[in-house]
Amino acid sequence: MRTRSYSMRSMGIRKFLYILPFMIMLGVFAYYPLYGWVYAFFDYMPPIPLSKSPFVGFKWFHSLVENQVKVDQLLVIIKNTFGMSGLNLLFSWLPMIFAIFLTEIKAVRFRKFIQTVTTLPNFISWVLVYSLAFSMFSSEGIVNGLLKQLGVIDSPIMFLQSSEHVWLTMWLWTTWKVLGWSAILYIAAIMGIDDSLYEAAHVDGATRMQVIRHVVLPSMLPTYFVLLMLQIASFLNNGLEQYFVFQNAFNKDSIQVLDLYVYNLAMGGGSYSVSVAISMLKSVISVVLLFSVNGLSKLTRGESIV
Amino acid sequence: MSDNAAELAPHEPERRSRLDKKMKFQVSTADKWITVLIYTLFSLFAFVCVYPFYSIIINTISANDLSARGEIVFYPKHIHFQNYLDVFKIPGLGHAALVSLGRTLIGTSLTVGTSAFLGFMFTQEDMWKRKFWYRFTVITMFFNAGIIPWYLTMKSLHLTNNFLAYILPMMVAPFYIILVKTFVESTPKELQQAASIDGAGVMTLFFKIMLPISKPILATVAIFAAVDQWNSFQDTLLLVTDSNLYSLQFILYNYINQASSLSTMVNLQNAGSTAMASLATKQTTTSIRMTVTIIVVAPILLVYPIFQRFFVKGIMIGAVKG
Repeated sequence: MRTRSYSMRSMGIRKFLYILPFMIMLGVFAYYPLYGWVYAFFDYMPPIPLSKSPFVGFKWFHSLVENQVKVDQLLVIIKNTFGMSGLNLLFSWLPMIFAIFLTEIKAVRFRKFIQTVTTLPNFISWVLVYSLAFSMFSSEGIVNGLLKQLGVIDSPIMFLQSSEHVWLTMWLWTTWKVLGWSAILYIAAIMGIDDSLYEAAHVDGATRMQVIRHVVLPSMLPTYFVLLMLQIASFLNNGLEQYFVFQNAFNKDSIQVLDLYVYNLAMGGGSYSVSVAISMLKSVISVVLLFSVNGLSKLTRGESIV
Repeated sequence: MSDNAAELAPHEPERRSRLDKKMKFQVSTADKWITVLIYTLFSLFAFVCVYPFYSIIINTISANDLSARGEIVFYPKHIHFQNYLDVFKIPGLGHAALVSLGRTLIGTSLTVGTSAFLGFMFTQEDMWKRKFWYRFTVITMFFNAGIIPWYLTMKSLHLTNNFLAYILPMMVAPFYIILVKTFVESTPKELQQAASIDGAGVMTLFFKIMLPISKPILATVAIFAAVDQWNSFQDTLLLVTDSNLYSLQFILYNYINQASSLSTMVNLQNAGSTAMASLATKQTTTSIRMTVTIIVVAPILLVYPIFQRFFVKGIMIGAVKG
């Protein structure tokens, strides 16, 4: 008996040893970067290594709010972040509606075609999206060319180099890219609806809109709720790529979200320590948000999302 | 494009019968208008999704002077393929294509292998502290230190200007591990038990039993990972200053901002050759930019319709678990 349990245990250890190298890699690439947060507490000026940099405590955190100019600057960034994330959150129901109406299409081939075509943009990079945008909307782009030929305009409209409506255009590009793809989960939810519910609605003489309202919509709400919570949890994480590729001298003030600002500060301005300080605050707030929505989910639905 | 709906709806016949049932719902005039509206809106959105790709393709094969003036809108004019020969005269483009291809092939193989192995190992209930290590892996999906701390630590590991920086950080990917683990759990346990009784070790189990039957999910992981690798831009932006390691995405980004000088250069090269480039094949800022765009997007456009069902399957399994 003793030898048996011993050999079971050693088997378990051996299996662990097989995955150990990969756990170390995960440690290095996912956990070790957290150590990078120490840069926020030093006056790090490359090429002087961290070990020779002076320790400055919370200086960089204080510096974020030390005078009105800096506070205003940070407020602009926060406003942009809230604006862009807010728009995405405000329209988070769009994929659901997209899915509802797509499944209402009865011509199967047409439906498949629409689905294939509208999910395509999700699989190209933001650089490619920008390149398409540039070809379409730059001053010598196709849209301006067409408008000129039609005699609508004399001089090209500067769609991309404008500081107007940046939040809206960024939201439109995001929607263009991900709408079809985000709808897939909802389509799956609709496909999973029990046939008997439809039959019951039919027996009750429900109209099409009533079926959507009372049968389809309720069955999608759990999915919507989970995705909404996750979206709230990543409210501060707009990502860098989209805003980086679309930024230029004209729209800089309205396009800089936290992720881009942090990048510009460090890679453009060399202020690594300040930017790490902001990153750190951002990550901490994100984790707090994640736990909050998770708690909220447990409270209201009795189920956690992570 | 052919059978993706079958993947989406495993019970397509049922679905159809349900649609038939739905047909019997009272059809009012309002309903008819709704139908018309739905078809119109979806057609419009589909057009908006496809047209940018289409228009750039027809522009790259049309006379360059016309396309530079934005005159190619619906169909190509004076078709020629000189642009596709000329862009490879830009130094660095061919090399960047190799870098992108290399990171996609090597990175994808390693990511798939790792995901397969870890996904399988995490189903081994007798593994020491299995639950802990699984959580240790999955939780990394929900936090990150931020790009600058990440950059600084990568730098301290000498992974800047290093090809390995394209491969190693993407190897252990929690999402794909979840996909494989879910799949392995759905296969009959008896398979593994029978093999164990026959004396197969855990590695034999993995290579001889699990790898062959996991092929469908591994294909899904492979296609996701390949698209990730091919599209990756941020890591080059942050970690690479050596132009020998520039990827196609990065080079495309640079070209968008500086295509005019490149077109001049290609034209100078062509001027030296016997045939003077005519206006229609002379490189312009627009022609260079668009042609490179098509080269970068081509693999996605080619692969996507064939593998669309794999993407759909992947996201579904991921959603059920996540």
